Amino acid sequence: MWAWLLKRLGQILPTLLVLSFLIFGLQQLMPGDPALILAGEERGDPQVLAQIRAELWLDRPLWEQYLHWLGNVLTGDFGFSWRIRMPVAELILQKLPVTAQLAIMAFLIGTLIGVPMGILSAVRRDRLADWLANAVALFGISTPNFWFGIMLILLVSVQLGWLPPSGYVPLTEDFWQSIATTIMPAFVLGTNVAGVLMRHTRAAMLTALSQDYIRTARAKGLTERVVVWKHALRNALIPVVTLGTIELGRLLAGAVLTEQIFTIPGFGKLVVDAVFNRDYPVVQGVVLTTALIFVLLSLVADLLYMAINPRLRQA
Amino acid sequence: MSTTVATPASVERGESPARRAVRRFLRHRIAVFGLAVIVVFVAVALLAPWIAPYDPVQTSWTAIRKAPSAAHWFGTDENGRDVLSRVIWGARASLMAGVVSVLVAVAIGVPIGLIAGFAGGWTDAVLSRIADAMLSVPFLILAIALAAFLGPALENAMIAIAITFSPVFVRLARGMALDAKSTDWVEAARALGNPPWRIAVRHVLPNIIPPLLVQGTLAIAEAIIAEAALSFLGLGQQPPAPSWGSMLNSAQRFLENAPWLAIFPGAAIFLVVLSFNLVGDGLRDALDPRADRR
Repeated sequence: MWAWLLKRLGQILPTLLVLSFLIFGLQQLMPGDPALILAGEERGDPQVLAQIRAELWLDRPLWEQYLHWLGNVLTGDFGFSWRIRMPVAELILQKLPVTAQLAIMAFLIGTLIGVPMGILSAVRRDRLADWLANAVALFGISTPNFWFGIMLILLVSVQLGWLPPSGYVPLTEDFWQSIATTIMPAFVLGTNVAGVLMRHTRAAMLTALSQDYIRTARAKGLTERVVVWKHALRNALIPVVTLGTIELGRLLAGAVLTEQIFTIPGFGKLVVDAVFNRDYPVVQGVVLTTALIFVLLSLVADLLYMAINPRLRQA
Repeated sequence: MSTTVATPASVERGESPARRAVRRFLRHRIAVFGLAVIVVFVAVALLAPWIAPYDPVQTSWTAIRKAPSAAHWFGTDENGRDVLSRVIWGARASLMAGVVSVLVAVAIGVPIGLIAGFAGGWTDAVLSRIADAMLSVPFLILAIALAAFLGPALENAMIAIAITFSPVFVRLARGMALDAKSTDWVEAARALGNPPWRIAVRHVLPNIIPPLLVQGTLAIAEAIIAEAALSFLGLGQQPPAPSWGSMLNSAQRFLENAPWLAIFPGAAIFLVVLSFNLVGDGLRDALDPRADRR
């Protein structure tokens, strides 16, 4: 197992290195001279421009700029927001709990709908329940989140007046109000996760149910309930758990448009605002952070896979 | 006494794999429905100048935010433009962005993947790490960042989506190349002195086509959502040119008194994306040689 872990780390480190090139490279794609943007009113003053360039290391060769940037990132310095005049790392830490709350709620909703639906449709294969579950999953996967969000606001907030259409209240301020402001976006994101998890659970259950040990279990005279719940499900859930972890990572990073529509001040809103303000250090910081979260969670997924799969543990 | 070996019905009929796939796909009624919807949308997009009842960018101060009626089936928007005509013209931007960006992604990703798989060693390690690094950035965030750095325009959105998608095809092609490398017939071809590029083009590429078709179709569905998302954010199709994503964005402000502005373009995105997903699923079932069930 240790050898495997080392091998995995041996893959992750170069990936992270390449990632750092890519993110640093984004800076080079940037239209216009950052010094000119930063100088603002004083853009005519060559002295000011020279000073800004020196501060940002823009007057050094590219490889020196890169090493300087990498050194900063490794010590947790993600640069300085051009607009909000705040360290990017601080901004990100501020938004992370909001997005995390949304992601976890969406993940719970997605799992609670998707996994049971997948089990049901595998057990009742080619029957009405299977057909319905497949239709729901396809709907969850094919509906663009932003449209579904707008339609929900139209129905629940505008027509019925049950929930506030937008805004966010932190959990620490008012628990129920916080849930009320995040339940709709969480549901929107959750349906998508449910669709993905349902399909994978169904496939895994169908594979598990066709195995020899299931036939043996049935032949032994075990009830169908025991066969499904104790024998098939426990094996089918192994790939589902790994996949769920990846989905959680996707949620933590991928709520961009949903946050935009429900005006939730999380990660997605941060990156979109940064794009429009041409606040490139923030864009870079968000790309870097989301990628790190994703890499970390896929490592967790692998570890979980090892932990719950006894066959791999012994190897 | 004759010895009969069980052969699949398709082999007995002397059917080619492609024909068998078509037959299987056509049996998949819901996938055929998806294909029909796509054909209708493609026709609508191509014939937009002739079938759109109004000019999609023509504003009218006498017809602002009118509810759907006989004159304007889908109503009019905040500038008095006909929503149906805009949805029809918007099909062009969406379908083009979806198809072109996936084609570009395939054109970038497949050769790189084949090279990585065949070359092995350092080349493979470097190319695979680049693909991994790109795949570790969430799809939409990478697309938004690229589109932002490239500047807002439909072409740039398409480039951003294509670049973001290419590592998926790198992985797919690399995997197929690795599979092929270990087969006897590639071994034989190599023993006969065929150069690697010839093996890649003649022996591996044809085998990649079925999974590529499936992955490509599903990718188009995602690319259409991505284009709509970028346009929604103002990073894709620029106003006043119509696109489903940007229509949804402006519709948000008038949800209370003009909900039709949000319903129709969104429904169009949903229908097209659903159809590509249906066709993709149908193709997967039709092309998977192991799935000879029923």
